[in-house]
Amino acid sequence: MKKILELTDVSAGYDQELVLTHVNFSVYEHDFIGIIGPNGGGKTTLVKLILKMIKPAAGKIEYFNSDKPVQIGYLPQVSSTDRDFPISVLEVVLSGLMSVKGSRHYTNADKKLALRVLEMLGIADLAKRSIGKLSGGQLQRVYLGRAIVAQPELLILDEPNTFVDNQFERDLYELLKVLNNDMAILMVSHDVGTITSYIKTIACVNRNLHYHPSNIITQSQLNAYNCPIQLITHGHVPHTVLGIHHHNLPNE
Amino acid sequence: MNKGIFELLQYDFFTNALWASVLASISCGIAGSYIVARRMVFVSGGITHASFGGIGIAWFLGFNPVLGAAVFSILTALGIEFFTSRTKIREDSAIGIWWSLGMALGIIFIFITPGYAPNLMSYLFGSILTVSHGDLWMMAALSAVLAFVFLRFYHLILFISFDEAYARSHKAPVSTFKYLLIGLVALTIVLNIRVAGIILVISFLTIPPSIANLFTHNMLKVMVGAIVTGLAGSVAGLLASYYLNIPSGATIIFAFVLMFALAKVVQRAIIYFQMRARVRAGN
Repeated sequence: MKKILELTDVSAGYDQELVLTHVNFSVYEHDFIGIIGPNGGGKTTLVKLILKMIKPAAGKIEYFNSDKPVQIGYLPQVSSTDRDFPISVLEVVLSGLMSVKGSRHYTNADKKLALRVLEMLGIADLAKRSIGKLSGGQLQRVYLGRAIVAQPELLILDEPNTFVDNQFERDLYELLKVLNNDMAILMVSHDVGTITSYIKTIACVNRNLHYHPSNIITQSQLNAYNCPIQLITHGHVPHTVLGIHHHNLPNE
Repeated sequence: MNKGIFELLQYDFFTNALWASVLASISCGIAGSYIVARRMVFVSGGITHASFGGIGIAWFLGFNPVLGAAVFSILTALGIEFFTSRTKIREDSAIGIWWSLGMALGIIFIFITPGYAPNLMSYLFGSILTVSHGDLWMMAALSAVLAFVFLRFYHLILFISFDEAYARSHKAPVSTFKYLLIGLVALTIVLNIRVAGIILVISFLTIPPSIANLFTHNMLKVMVGAIVTGLAGSVAGLLASYYLNIPSGATIIFAFVLMFALAKVVQRAIIYFQMRARVRAGN
């Protein structure tokens, strides 16, 4: 399998305070990794490192290009965007092509590509609408469209289930399964229960990173990884009941 | 006593004022749409008032006040941008500091300059009727630069403005464009101070795009709409100020606000009738 990127002994943080220390982590094509860990444990910092939004304090991050630079699609956790901003759904999706297009003009072919992505997401009829007139779930779909329109090698989703409606959540996971044929996926989540039947492997992040090469994880394994998160299960997913829910988890 | 509009056109000062309206509408329409979309009205107010410091210093040193205002406002614009992104000073606080510093410097330097400052009122309130050919050429050049930058880099500017963090993660030249555009905004403000004055120029930048924004959410259409409404409002204000013999800058602003109120009513009416049509179709 082709390696997409590798972090070697990476430490990183903000204002002299390290959030992540000595992290080793690789992503291969067709990976579908759930990134779990407590709040403040460094999940988002890891994502920012991979997206080159921050630089590591130590260690190195390598990207294995084939013929062009590694493309990474990104669905942010909370979008700080302004809902009143004069921009249409189609334009937001087109903005996912920014790193490919640079300052060049967007062509009809680009617009057709963006429309195809909207069709795939089931919102082609909203293409011309301004984003201020969308529901939260629709907006989340538009941002997913922006993340995948450039056909990236790697797609990163930061807590995609935080703000979405149930319908979109189910659609999203089915869609991710299909997308996973073409791209590796990293999905950050604080709630391992909902995602475990979709992901292939797990990375526990809490200052360090422990890679768990399976989608089934037990409470004792989490404790061994120093990853104090609560295992919660939802709905009709009996094969993903993982462990007993404790109110006061031992913090090792 | 009052002359007809065709007789008025024979006067140089009046054709100059008309050209100034056209060029102010173009530059303010483009830059203003950007300001309104990015919610930068307060920053622009800060830059506008800080430029008074440049006018005062230029007055004291015997330079062209417009040049002083240009230098000072660009420094202010870059200063606000720099302090907010590089230090922990909050943006609105930084704006408050520059805003008052500029006004204070302007007052001090004009006070210590010997003699009376006769044109001071025209910088505060604008005087579209005394715009010179030199002013017009500078405004034309600015309009051309703005039109070029915004048409050539339309999508990049749109995407960076919409979601800066996302643009950064895509290695877009976010900082370069932010500094370039805030610099152009500063120049737009300074060159239009001749027309509308420090106190009123902000309405040239904000009211026309806000009117256009009522009817469209496409950035390019907002810009075109702002230029058209800006032109209509400033010509209407100009004529009204002549026939009623009241100050031109203030009359133009009043025309803008009237147009905004009218547009708001029309917009509500359109929504109301669309809703009613939809309800009827449903029955």
